[in-house]
Amino acid sequence: MIRVTRSAIIDAPIERVWAILRDFNSHTAWHPVVAESVIENDEPADQVGCVRNFTLKDGNHIREQLLALSDNDYVSTYCILDATLPMQRYVATVQLKRVTDGDRTFWHWQSTFDTPRGREQEFADLVGKGVYEGGFEGLRAFLRRRPGAPAVRTAGSETMATQGMVVSRFGGPDVLEARPLEARFPAPGEVRVRHSAIGVNYIDVYIRKGEYRMIEPPAPIGMEAAGVVVDVGDGVTHLLPGDRVAYACAPPGAYVGVRTLPASQVVVLPDEIDDETAAAVMLKGMTAEYLLHRTHRLRGGETVLVHAAAGGVGLLLCQWAKALGARVIGTVSTDDKARVARAAGCAATIVGRDYRFAAALHDATGGRGADVIYDGLGQAAARENLEALAMCGHWICYGHASGPFDRLPVESLGQKSATFSSPVLFHYTAERAALTEMAQRTFEALRQGTIRLDIRHRYPLSAAAQAHRELESRSTVGPLILLP
Amino acid sequence: MIKVYTSSVIDAPAEQVWARIRDFNGLPGWTPFVAESRIEGGLPSDKIGCVRNFRLKDGGMIREQLLTLSDYDYQCSYSILESPLGVDNYVATLKLTPVTDGNRTFAEWWAEFDCAPDREGQLSRDIGQGVFQAGFDSLKMLVRR
Repeated sequence: MIRVTRSAIIDAPIERVWAILRDFNSHTAWHPVVAESVIENDEPADQVGCVRNFTLKDGNHIREQLLALSDNDYVSTYCILDATLPMQRYVATVQLKRVTDGDRTFWHWQSTFDTPRGREQEFADLVGKGVYEGGFEGLRAFLRRRPGAPAVRTAGSETMATQGMVVSRFGGPDVLEARPLEARFPAPGEVRVRHSAIGVNYIDVYIRKGEYRMIEPPAPIGMEAAGVVVDVGDGVTHLLPGDRVAYACAPPGAYVGVRTLPASQVVVLPDEIDDETAAAVMLKGMTAEYLLHRTHRLRGGETVLVHAAAGGVGLLLCQWAKALGARVIGTVSTDDKARVARAAGCAATIVGRDYRFAAALHDATGGRGADVIYDGLGQAAARENLEALAMCGHWICYGHASGPFDRLPVESLGQKSATFSSPVLFHYTAERAALTEMAQRTFEALRQGTIRLDIRHRYPLSAAAQAHRELESRSTVGPLILLP
Repeated sequence: MIKVYTSSVIDAPAEQVWARIRDFNGLPGWTPFVAESRIEGGLPSDKIGCVRNFRLKDGGMIREQLLTLSDYDYQCSYSILESPLGVDNYVATLKLTPVTDGNRTFAEWWAEFDCAPDREGQLSRDIGQGVFQAGFDSLKMLVRR
C-alpha cells in the first residue's frame, strides 16, 4: 500500500478555503489538472455518496465518490470508483485546520492506494506532486483571482512592443542606450510581466562594464523588477494575469517595460508591499536574508562588520542583524552616510575612502575583531578584512566593488581558523521552495518593520545612465529604482 | 467546559521543533514565562504520569501531570494538578504536524477546562495568547533557520 501525504499553509481564513473545498465539484474551477467534471444524477455536490465524474487535461478519466463530509471538522473523504489509471483502493482525506496565528489555513491531504508493482514511485509522485502540490498552487491562484480578471490566459500569441535600456557595448554609463524591444508571448513555464518599477544594483555596473560576462551586447541589463502579470504560458499554476509580482534573477534583462521570463523565478506580492518597495527589495532583501540566515546563521551577541553600511544591501544588513541581536559596526565613505548607518542600527561607524578600517575596528571591539564580515568591497579591502576578523571568524564576500580578487588569500585564513565564503544569490534561489521562503521572510521582515527602505533615488528608465553614474560615484544612499 | 485553541506555523522541520519541546521538564528552555522546573520524585521527564513542578517568572507555582506522549504523532497532553489560575479539569494538548510545502511545522496547542463563568473570557485570553501564542512566538525565534 502506498501512502501519500502533503500539507500546506493557505493564506486565507479557513471558512473561505472550506467554502471552496467542501464543494465536491469545485475542482474544475481551481485544480490545474482537471478539465471537466459533473456530479452524476444531478445530486448536490455536498451529498454524501454523490459521484463526481471528471476528465483530466491529460485525457485520463476518473469517477470518485464522496464518503464523508464534516463542516464541523472541515474534513472531506472520498474514494476512486474507477479510473483509466491503474490505481486501486484509493481513499483520500482532505482536512483543514485553523491557523489562529495570522488567520490562515493548514491544509492536510492524504491518501492510501495500491498500484502495479514497480510503478509505486511513479504514482506516489503523480498524486503527491501533480494532484496535491499542484492543487495547493491552483487553489492559491484561484483565491488571488481578482473579480473581472480573465480566468484563463487571453487568446492571442502576439509579441508586445516595449522600450528598454540596452548595453550597446561594454563600458561606462553612456553605453546604456534606449532601444525599442519586443516581449514575446510566454512559452510553457514562462510569464510576461509589465514592469512598474525596476531595481538598480551594483551587479548591473559589473555587467555593463563586462566584468561579469552575463550578456553579449547589445542586450538589456537589470536583475530585478516588480509589475503586473500580463499573461502566462502553459503549465504555470502559481500565477494569473493581473497578479502583482516581483522577481530577482538571472539572466539580466529587467531594464525594460515588458519582459517575458521563467515563471519559477516570479513571486506574488502581498498587498501591503508596494511596487517600488518590491523592486528595491527583491535582490537586496533576499541577499540580506541568505547572508544572515543561510551563508552564516547569525546569532545574538556576535559582532558584525558591514561594509558600505549605507548602501542598498548594507542598510538592510545593519537593520536586520541588529534585530537578530548582533552588534553591528559599519564602514562608510562620508559622515553623512555614517549618520544614516547609525540610524539603521550600527553601534559604531568607521568613516573613510581608503579601505583602512582594521585598526579602528579593533579599537571598537577591544581588540577582538569581527565575528562576521559582510564584504561587498573585494580586492582593495582584502588585507584589512583578514586583519579585522576575529579568531574563527567568518568572512563573507558577496561583491567586489573595488575589483575582483587577484588571488584568494586561502593560506592566510589558517592564521585565524577563519572561514571564507563567496556566495551568489542566484545559487540560493535556484530551487523554487527556497526562493519562496527567502521572499516570504523578506516580506515578513518589511511587514514587521525589521527592515525599512527609504527610496530616495528614482529615475525614469531612460535615465538609467545617470542612475549608474550616481551609484558609481558613491553619492547615493539606499536603493535606486527606475520607473518605466 | 470551555476550550481554548491556538495554532501557528513555525519555520523549521517538525522533528526539529519536537526535539525542542518533547522534554516535559524543558519549559524554562523555550517558553518566556517559566523560571524553573523540576520533575517530582526523580522520574524521567518522558515517563507517563510524571509531574512537573515549575515556577513562573511572576512567582506562581504550577504542578502538571504528563498524560500522553507520542514521538510518532509529535503530540503530548497533560493536566493541571495545582495552580493559581482557578481552573478545574484542565487538560491541554500540544501537537505538531509537518507542513510538506516548505518543510515547516503546523503547531497546535489547546486546552479544555472549567472555571467561574465570569472569568472565561479573561482566562481564554491569558491562556490562548499569554501562554500558547507566547510559547509559539518564542519557539519561532529559537528554531529560526
